[in-house]
Amino acid sequence: MRTVVIQPEYEAWRSAARQLLAQRVPPEDVLWADDAQESPLFMQEEPAQMAAPAAPPVKVPPAFLDLARSAAAHTDARRWAMLYRVLWRLTLGAERHLLSMPTDPDIRQLQDWCKAVGRDIHKMHAFVRFRLVSTHPATGREQFVAWFEPEHRIVRLATPFFEKRFAGMDWSILTPYECAHWDGTRLHFTAGVPRSSAPDEDAQDELWRTYYRSIFNPARVKISAMQSEMPKKYWKNLPEASLIADLIAGSSRRVQGMLETEERSVKPAPNNAYLQSLHALNQQQKSVTPDPGLP
Amino acid sequence: MDVTRKLEILADAAKYDASCASSGAARKDSRGSQGVGSTGGMGICHSYTPDGRCVSLMKVLLTNACLYDCHYCINRRSSNVTRARFTPDEVVQLTLDFYKRNYIEGLFLSSGIIRSADHTMELVIEVARKLREVHHFRGYIHLKTIPEASQDLIALAGRYADRISINVELPSQHSLNTLAPEKNLARTQQAMGHIRGKIDERHAEKRKPNTPKPPPFATGQSTQMLVGADASTDATILGCADQLYSAHRLRRVYYSAFSPIPEPSAILPLKAPPLIREHRLYQADWLLRFYDFKVEEIASPSSPNLDLALDPKLSWALQNRATFPVDVNRAPRELLLRVPGLGVRNVERLLAARRYTRLRLADLIRLRLQMKKILPFISTADHHPARLGLDSDSLRARFLPPPEQLEINFGAPPAPTPADFISARSGEL
Ligand code: SF4
Repeated sequence: MRTVVIQPEYEAWRSAARQLLAQRVPPEDVLWADDAQESPLFMQEEPAQMAAPAAPPVKVPPAFLDLARSAAAHTDARRWAMLYRVLWRLTLGAERHLLSMPTDPDIRQLQDWCKAVGRDIHKMHAFVRFRLVSTHPATGREQFVAWFEPEHRIVRLATPFFEKRFAGMDWSILTPYECAHWDGTRLHFTAGVPRSSAPDEDAQDELWRTYYRSIFNPARVKISAMQSEMPKKYWKNLPEASLIADLIAGSSRRVQGMLETEERSVKPAPNNAYLQSLHALNQQQKSVTPDPGLP
Repeated sequence: MDVTRKLEILADAAKYDASCASSGAARKDSRGSQGVGSTGGMGICHSYTPDGRCVSLMKVLLTNACLYDCHYCINRRSSNVTRARFTPDEVVQLTLDFYKRNYIEGLFLSSGIIRSADHTMELVIEVARKLREVHHFRGYIHLKTIPEASQDLIALAGRYADRISINVELPSQHSLNTLAPEKNLARTQQAMGHIRGKIDERHAEKRKPNTPKPPPFATGQSTQMLVGADASTDATILGCADQLYSAHRLRRVYYSAFSPIPEPSAILPLKAPPLIREHRLYQADWLLRFYDFKVEEIASPSSPNLDLALDPKLSWALQNRATFPVDVNRAPRELLLRVPGLGVRNVERLLAARRYTRLRLADLIRLRLQMKKILPFISTADHHPARLGLDSDSLRARFLPPPEQLEINFGAPPAPTPADFISARSGEL
């Protein structure tokens, strides 16, 4: 049995796995740990032992690498061992069609992790809120900072999206374990920071809340639908979420008010040339195409 | 009037339009430009309001003053609401400010009709033009167009927008005559046909080898139909939708259950339809587009309205019991798609898995299929439901939610349905 301690990153797992595979080390003989777990029981593998002997390289389907990159971002401690086991089965285990077997428990587990990671990335794209902090004195570019708390280690997977979308402004996204920064030419990463490093408010937040309040339709309240897509854990970093309780509380009174409003009667059409031309057109069309008599 | 107050009025006026999708645009982004914005792939819902609807685009009207008198609409000329009007620059600024903070995917701009169709279209287009040409905005733009506007203006709108739409509102001219006397189904369809022509034309241009890239044009159009404001049956509504999908290749038809408005009209029904009807129409729409169902199979002339208690696929299956059980190890794709509780994605999974293994119940459980729902309708290597069970009348009763639960379900998130493979992520349901 050997213990492999790696950085909790896909690249670190990949190079360790490549060497293990080259040495034909079966998955049952490896204990995986990453330094995020900080357990004193685990010892770093001796570099000499990890040196790869000259074994023929094995071919891995590209689809597996995508799956692995995404599953590696999950925080479940079992992921490294699972990834290595599936890698083994796919290659030396000769189960080449394994990836097309969604009923296989290992594949199912990897797909579940990928799905959770994908959802986390998606929520980051959706719920990051940038706050304007300054304008760069030399370049004149606006500079924004956002705070986000991802569930998984997704900063590197999720930020290329922001680079494409917000190329014309400078921005930083701060998270507890890693921060991403864009200055118009380069995306780079630094260590995580505490919440207090990020600004709390933006001058536009109040206008945004005005929009949110106005677009809500009190006649069709569906709270659970809202919460399943926007779970409460995100609310503390969303400027609009502070309105939710009041909007719900006031909704039935507002609907009641609408129902009790006296109906407005139809007003005669104003004397307007455009309207008259429309009505004439409608008359014309009516005589050409008979109404099908549908309800 | 300050911008905050205008936003309050003009967002409120736009909230009855159900479309908010920001997917299906051509891929573009802001790299190498001074601007911001990107589109392509699935749209993103940046927030949700307590009505369960996704907030994806900033949805506003340019003005809520309107010459028309559509009785279901709060902005009609005979309503007494406060009127407001944005300048194009105000909308441009709001869009950019909101976009840069990642509140939104882009802009959905509509307008009450003032002076004439062309005059109104020109104002709407001006906003889009400024965003694209002055501010290099590459985010999503959805413009509402007016059937009576000139073809040149609609073409110009399509150049700046990712999606354009014209609402049919009601599925028959007869209903329009009563409830929206200025609107005309034939003219609407004509304009949609014209837009389809433009979209197809650009598509063909793009495929020609050795020709310069044609100027951009919207990649899709959509429409909205109101449900419950007139007496139209679900068969009429779905028939109209089906015709629009095939004749004009719409990306989406939105169904919007008519809901009470602050300025009720004397000629509208007092009672809003149950929201569940809207939900069933979306499910039926999905069956038409992705499951090869025909309108007559879901809503027949003899029973033209959808069953509110059961989803339309289950309801169809119960009326066509002879088709079942379906053997998941052998049945063709088309037949698997007819199994209640089996969505497109899971059908693909089953097809993939059965190439290598004979499927057993344990495999289906591992795929987390809705076992209770599908079991009576399928057979596996180790499961053969009794025909008897299928024929028994208690089968329908088994799927009916108990009455009180039905009430609760109105507020619940859409139950996993044929639509479950497109999660609400896309902002489309
Ligand atoms: S045209 Fe009809 S639906 Fe549109 S804003 Fe005017 S009244 Fe409302």
